[in-house]
Amino acid sequence: MLYEQFNPLREQQLQVMDKDGRVIRKDLMPKLSNDDLKKIYYYMVLGRAADQKAMNLQRQGRIGTFAPVYGQEAQVASAYALQQGDWVVPAFREHALALVRGMPLKNFYLYYMGHETGSVVPKDARILPVSVPVGSHPLHAVGIAWASKIRKEKNVAITYFGDGATSEGEFHEAMNFAGVLKVPVIFYCQNNQWAISVPRKIQTASRTIAQKAVAYGMPGIQIDGNDIFAVYAATKEAVDRARRGEGPYFIEAVTYRFGPHTTADDPTKYRDEKEVEFWKQRCPVMRLKKYMTNLGIWDDSQEKKLLEAVDKEIETAVADAEKTPIATVDEIFDNTFAQLTPQLAEQKAYLKKVMEEKKTRTQK
Amino acid sequence: MVKITILEAINKALNYEMNRDSSVVVLGEDVGKEGGVFRATEGLQQKYGAERVVDTPLAEAGIVGSAIGMAINGLKPVCEIQFFGFIYPAINQIINHASRMRTRSRGLYTCPLVIRTPYGIGIKALEHHSESTEAYFIHTPGLKVVIPSTAADAYGLLLSAIRDPDPVLFLEPTKLYRAFKEEVPIDEGDKKALDKKESDKSGNITKTVKAGEYTVPIGKARIVQEGMDCTLISWGAMVKECEKAAELLAKEEIFPEIIDLRTVSPMDKEAILASVKKTGRAVIVQEAPRTLGLSSEISSIITENSMADLQAPVIRVTSFDIIPPLPKAEHYYAPDPYRIYRGVKKVLSY
Ligand SMILES: Cc1ncc(C[n+]2csc(CCOP(=O)(O)OP(=O)(O)O)c2C)c(N)n1
Ligand SMILES: [Mg+2]
Repeated sequence: MLYEQFNPLREQQLQVMDKDGRVIRKDLMPKLSNDDLKKIYYYMVLGRAADQKAMNLQRQGRIGTFAPVYGQEAQVASAYALQQGDWVVPAFREHALALVRGMPLKNFYLYYMGHETGSVVPKDARILPVSVPVGSHPLHAVGIAWASKIRKEKNVAITYFGDGATSEGEFHEAMNFAGVLKVPVIFYCQNNQWAISVPRKIQTASRTIAQKAVAYGMPGIQIDGNDIFAVYAATKEAVDRARRGEGPYFIEAVTYRFGPHTTADDPTKYRDEKEVEFWKQRCPVMRLKKYMTNLGIWDDSQEKKLLEAVDKEIETAVADAEKTPIATVDEIFDNTFAQLTPQLAEQKAYLKKVMEEKKTRTQK
Repeated sequence: MVKITILEAINKALNYEMNRDSSVVVLGEDVGKEGGVFRATEGLQQKYGAERVVDTPLAEAGIVGSAIGMAINGLKPVCEIQFFGFIYPAINQIINHASRMRTRSRGLYTCPLVIRTPYGIGIKALEHHSESTEAYFIHTPGLKVVIPSTAADAYGLLLSAIRDPDPVLFLEPTKLYRAFKEEVPIDEGDKKALDKKESDKSGNITKTVKAGEYTVPIGKARIVQEGMDCTLISWGAMVKECEKAAELLAKEEIFPEIIDLRTVSPMDKEAILASVKKTGRAVIVQEAPRTLGLSSEISSIITENSMADLQAPVIRVTSFDIIPPLPKAEHYYAPDPYRIYRGVKKVLSY
């Protein structure tokens, strides 16, 4: 077991591939075919390019505030370790891995343009909507996993959250429940070392975040979160173990946010550009690309083709999203309950009347 | 007199009070180095140090709960919650402890603390960034709730809130943060004087204090504009919508009196009733969902006390009992000048 070899209390970290894309632990190399690698790479590149497009749209006022995934694209490999029926409970910086689960790219744009329908993914994607209240959603993953256990299903749940989230009380309740109830849940902390302007060292006095798992009676492992092999191997181990009924597992993936916290943030106010540069040398996308190039399964022409395809995909998704009409009055009322209440029916009728009156007023 | 935004007024008020009173501390997420995500606490950590302006771990219950302890032990904490929608993890601390410590200990232990937070709809933001659920807190005995809508009130009420012997929730309408510059009756020279910190012990202190000293009492409403035809009662960003509605109404020779409550708990009942006595009609404008919002309370206060003065039923113009829609459909949600205009026309039709 990987978690037995890498003890977070001794600050050991799982790394399979070094920063230059060379495999340093052949013995720990997970089984991934060349096709798998290309798929993972595709999602990472798509995630990054989709993000970049959204940044541009945001500057033009065509999309709202959002949290870029830029720098954390190796998350894709963790979703890749899941099976079809498994559940994903994300925070708000997981749109790259959401694509792996089958979220249409258009949904990403819809959501941040301000359409609720962005959260409506295909049923079998089994990914919950974006959760903005930090640290509140890991409990939902615990509940989902618990239900799987009670219903004797083999599906596991994985939840993603940041380093900052580990300070919230509800995060600790989730860990404790998971440990006590021994449910098939995986906690995946994307430690990107910042919570807006607050550095990781102010967030917790623990030397690693992974070591917190020890206190809750579950395995914890710190991994190089920009190394897709480490990400995949650890998640796979966690998922398989949970599926065998051996309980929860905690992964601290050390990564870095290259960009701003959200489009409303200016990171130069609080962090050193040198730090960003240091991490850009450890870029997860670049590392995988180097690995595949060295292996002889990737070259410039493939790269060029991929980028073109990705751009096209993005253009289509954005165009579709921008064509989407805004929600109707019915829509904003009718989704409050399964059945519209008398009060809501009355309020809806009033709003419709007001909208009509406004229309005739502007026509005059 | 200075002309500043609400955001600048808050920053200046914090600066002034921290300078004047060394027991004031500021704590919250990103309030220190970054100066807050809206920059309300900008420059304070540089000036007063990381011990008095604290970047806390990301935990609202932690912020408010430890502020309670600080308050009990002689400090005056001013907590920042990054957005009102993120206050809920702290609600246990607010309702079960901050607001009850005085009662529980019969005044032996008290909680003179302030919780500031951006509040309300209108900035086309992500989910949870458009909350106006003040009613949960107004419903809490032992807690005061303040919502300024002008720069002067933001300044003056924040000083009063920090000096108040009891816990105050201070809600700052996000939509108005930078919407306009308004006059605040503090000295132009105050900036320089305040920059001097406490080291200024050569007799200049009185002068320093005076430069920024401006308070607005908690619990007193403000008459925004006088009128005879109807009373418009509101608070927060909706006050500005009422003013816009008044412009529409003026074209038809209808002149409402507009009241900005400023403090929503305790409420200025006298101001409301005096105005209704004069106009005989009342429309209450509320950004929060309709059911059991503050407007319901105001409506019953008016009907309980002013039946003889009323010439029409009291009307509420509110948001709906739905989750605030995401930006694309946000415009459906809150009262706008036309809906307010329409409400006034309705009470005038009786
Ligand atoms: C309960 C709560 N408090 C505050 C916020 C505002 N906020 C949004 S993201 C964030 C920082 C989150 O840091 P982290 O958990 O490390 O995730 P990251 O943004 O780095 O991915 C904060 C403070 C929030 N969304 N929810
Ligand atoms: Mg983080």
